[in-house]
Amino acid sequence: MLITIASGKGGTGKTTIAVNLALIIKEMLPVMLLDCDVEEPNAHLFLQPSFTQHRGVFTTVPKVDETKCDGCGRCSSFCAYGAIAIVEKQPIIFPELCHSCGGCSLVCPTEAITEIPRKIGSVETGAGKGIQITKGSLAIGSPLAPVVVNAVRDTAPANHRGRVVIIDASPGTSCSVVAAVQNTDFCLLVTEPTPFGLHDLALAVELATKLQLPYGVVINRSGLGDSGVYDYCSEARIPILMEIPFDTRYASCYAKGGLLVEAFPDLKEQFHNLWDRIRDRLASDKPPYAWG
Amino acid sequence: MQELLIISGKGGTGKTSITAGFAALARNIVIADCDVDAANLHMLLRPVTYHTEGFIGSQKAEIDPHKCTNCRTCEEHCRFDAIKILNAHSVVIAMACEGCGVCRLVCPEGAVTLEDHMSGHLFLSDTRYGPLVHARLGIAEENSGKLVAKVRENARLIAETQDSDYIIIDGPPGTGCPVISSSSGVDLALIVTEPTVAGLHDLKRVHRLIDHFAVPAMVCINKWDLDKEYAEEIETYCRHHKIELAGRIPFDRGVVSALAKGLPAVDYEIAGAPQLAGAGHAIQHVWQAVLHRLSSLSA
Ligand code: SF4
Ligand code: SF4
Repeated sequence: MLITIASGKGGTGKTTIAVNLALIIKEMLPVMLLDCDVEEPNAHLFLQPSFTQHRGVFTTVPKVDETKCDGCGRCSSFCAYGAIAIVEKQPIIFPELCHSCGGCSLVCPTEAITEIPRKIGSVETGAGKGIQITKGSLAIGSPLAPVVVNAVRDTAPANHRGRVVIIDASPGTSCSVVAAVQNTDFCLLVTEPTPFGLHDLALAVELATKLQLPYGVVINRSGLGDSGVYDYCSEARIPILMEIPFDTRYASCYAKGGLLVEAFPDLKEQFHNLWDRIRDRLASDKPPYAWG
Repeated sequence: MQELLIISGKGGTGKTSITAGFAALARNIVIADCDVDAANLHMLLRPVTYHTEGFIGSQKAEIDPHKCTNCRTCEEHCRFDAIKILNAHSVVIAMACEGCGVCRLVCPEGAVTLEDHMSGHLFLSDTRYGPLVHARLGIAEENSGKLVAKVRENARLIAETQDSDYIIIDGPPGTGCPVISSSSGVDLALIVTEPTVAGLHDLKRVHRLIDHFAVPAMVCINKWDLDKEYAEEIETYCRHHKIELAGRIPFDRGVVSALAKGLPAVDYEIAGAPQLAGAGHAIQHVWQAVLHRLSSLSA
């Protein structure tokens, strides 16, 4: 089973939910955690895994053989992303703009273009606290987050029967979030009860609906804001699967990289209930994204 | 005219509340919300929009079913897995298509065209603090970097015609393409962090990015009193790496109450609410430090 933890707004506690839920499920089933927030991966800070494997994530970019290039400029006019400029009849390549479509080498009439690998990030796998974890990191200055997200997802076995894979997605609703959440079984949308939280939850709901994913909401830091998120959820008939009250003890546990389910028995029970609710939901035969 | 970017790496550190505070304190500015994926600044600045335009972020391929002979050449060449066979016809899955044009290049029947794809909107607005340029990228759309560049381009145009002193930019979270596009060529980046293990981790990553683009940086610790030891650790890190500290802002429930009223924390305090010594006050100090640094950079 594949469960994604997502949120429209950053900093609502996605990683906290992902890590603590994984620890609860671990008591019953094998769990794997995929940190697909490749721009700011954080799950490892809480699970303290030892990574045993490390590999680079590569894309390809063109390389021009100057002895063959006659400066016709067809590669440059073909490239939809402006990754090739022609200056004084010489192509100049901007690798960070290239999407690796391969078009320039196809259009080049003198076969002067070949493709070479370029590192855009890395993927590390290991285990911590009995949980298998994969961490993806986007190289600093590289824009191609979705490619690294896919590389992280590829580390999970294709057949995940009998195990639970939890995906920590990046915040927002952009293409890298889509890469993390598409083709999963359930999406937990984490939010906080503030006007910002509400605004961005509505965007996340739109994304889950567009991708036809069943979803439910977790409200973090309840008691801190107003009733907007609750009103929205009840009106749209979106289930609130768990609430974590704002508590400076929880905040400082998180601050130090601590684990809520280890430090607070009452929260441990809450996470158990959350897992039960997700399972119930998935076991029912109702259409996937209609609740109630 | 100088450009100030407010950025955080980690989401939820309070970047937008601080940006709104600066907007309320500054004079003669243009404000740019570059968090085009989940823009929030408008909720505090309550803009009146006078111009909306569609944003063509990319193109998408389309296959004419009457010309297509289903030879599958396009499918073979598409690197993004965007062409599938549906009812014995090749069709383009729009969400996966990156508009590279390879399918059009290789199609022997000339069945493929590329059509403009509208992936978001750009807004020009007025607020009580000055002009605001903001945008909204559609759900599941790409090319946020290009939209960010558009927002900044418009902000610069307005700033030039109005002879503004500063452009204040609310940046997106993370370190990916919209962040890169927000950082290029700004005069100063203020990194807003929080005293947590994740806050420090993400501060390091985003600072490396800012450094990579040779942009001067300052750090401000928001909600610093939620973990004073960790705040200390962040300050030590900054001293070691010669990143100037712009100040600390305490955790203050008033920020959320002000938000619920659609007000930046600084205005809320000026309006005579309690907690005069709270976050709003601290934001004023941070703003002074930022101004000071900006003026030394322009000297
Ligand atoms: S591979 Fe595609 S995106 Fe990259 S430079 Fe060539 S044409 Fe442009
Ligand atoms: S334009 Fe490029 S990405 Fe889109 S379908 Fe054609 S080959 Fe694939």
